[in-house]
Amino acid sequence: MITLHWLYILAGAVFAGFALGSARDETNAKRWGNAAFWALLAVSFWFGDLLGDIGNGILVLVLVAIAGLHLIGRGTKESTTKDARRRSAARYGNRLFVPALLIPFTAFVGTLLFNYTPLKALNLIDPKAVTLVLLGCGVLIALIVSYAWLRPPALAAVDDGSRLMNGVGWAAVLPQMLASLGVIFAAAGVGTTIGAVVSAVIPSGSIFLAVLLFAFGMVIFTMIMGNAFAAFPVMATAIGIPILIQQDGGNPAVIGAVGMLSGFCGTLMTPMAANFNIVPAALLELKDQYGVIRAQIPTAIPLLIANILILYFAAFR
Amino acid sequence: MTDYWPLLGILLVVAGFALRFNPLFVVAVAAIVTGLLGHMSFLKVLSTLGHGFNENRYVTVIWIILPVVGLLERYGLQEQARTLIGSIRGATTGRLLIVYLAVRQILSALGLTTVAGHPQTVRPLVAPMAVAAAEKQRGKLDEATSERVKAMSAATDNVGLFFGEDIFLAIASILLIQGSLASFGIQLTPFQLSVWAIPSAICAFLIHGARLVLLDRKLARAAK
Repeated sequence: MITLHWLYILAGAVFAGFALGSARDETNAKRWGNAAFWALLAVSFWFGDLLGDIGNGILVLVLVAIAGLHLIGRGTKESTTKDARRRSAARYGNRLFVPALLIPFTAFVGTLLFNYTPLKALNLIDPKAVTLVLLGCGVLIALIVSYAWLRPPALAAVDDGSRLMNGVGWAAVLPQMLASLGVIFAAAGVGTTIGAVVSAVIPSGSIFLAVLLFAFGMVIFTMIMGNAFAAFPVMATAIGIPILIQQDGGNPAVIGAVGMLSGFCGTLMTPMAANFNIVPAALLELKDQYGVIRAQIPTAIPLLIANILILYFAAFR
Repeated sequence: MTDYWPLLGILLVVAGFALRFNPLFVVAVAAIVTGLLGHMSFLKVLSTLGHGFNENRYVTVIWIILPVVGLLERYGLQEQARTLIGSIRGATTGRLLIVYLAVRQILSALGLTTVAGHPQTVRPLVAPMAVAAAEKQRGKLDEATSERVKAMSAATDNVGLFFGEDIFLAIASILLIQGSLASFGIQLTPFQLSVWAIPSAICAFLIHGARLVLLDRKLARAAK
């Protein structure tokens, strides 16, 4: 059976490639810092299970030190000039989209095959790893097709991949770090404490106020934790189930589904949801690291109001 | 008596992000402080952090896509995305992003959340196309406008994903809602829950779609 470990071997190899590509970029004054950062991630992917918890903890502290002391930077090296790219685009035309689309296409076909055909019963891929394994397959297929068709220099994917990776920089591991912070928050009992605070301020007598508190609680707790998944069980236990469902007789399906979606409005507004909000800003080379959040707030607030109205009118008919 | 001290970690995160310290550094400090205030020893905090990091490696796997994107950019992928948009009559930034929003919502509702995303589609295709469409409307973009168009491309991807995925039955969040309610003896099927994701999905499309129409107007106005 193909498990996550297979994928981690591939990911380790790619990050080792980023380390190599960064070290090769002499236009980056801090290239050794970059190389060390990506090499540590390669170590984490390859040997993380052998390092032990303390060993991994030290690895994390070293990564943080490299980033926190500003030891990583980015080069100015471009593999090809703008003119060369334009000529190349004219030559290959829309066929250039084919390798890029092979990745989503592999995910699409693979998801269908492994969910809706007898392949599912064969247990070829660990169910927990299906989406990522399909991503890995898509990447390998796209790389093979691109190399066979475009015949680039051998290290082209390494150099151009690390150009993009160094554009993202430390933000690349922020989502994983935030997930680890979530583990600490859970171990230190932050969720239960917030639940207790919320339970203490529940307004009595007004269903609308209780709905408001439930929705705002979801938004604020989601903004703190970076995802609605951590917020939902806490808010459901504090208000959603005892007050809205059991005491006021609200429709549980509406309260569950729309309560979660109110939390998603919070996800649109927080830097803690780094993979959705901070990473794209880096990936698109925005000057403002909060640019994506700024673009989302005017959607998130009216949408939150809409969700509160749906909660109130659909759950308490 | 509830112990409120661990909440200090949250304040540290908020302050650190607001003061724009390096976020990795902020998160690490917050983790250590929260752990210590939660009566864990330093070694226990360190090992919990290390364990959490190791268990969550899958979050960082997505970057294996960059060598493909980088290689294709070397051969003019972004330039071709611009050319393609330039050749479609009537293509504007807003219309392009509205179509992307609808497609992203529908694909997510079918459980196909990973066929698109920031590294997969936004960086190589959607953002360059949106910028090219804006340039078609009003010529060379100033920096603020180009930033705004790119940021809206990323925002559109997020809105499409968040307010589409819960319509799919087997998504993690639906299963989490089901599980949380079941622990209080309230039994619901995933179908009962995912149906109630539809009204919010429609609102999301209308609200974000309206903003994209406004963006188009603003781009057109500035062109005159």
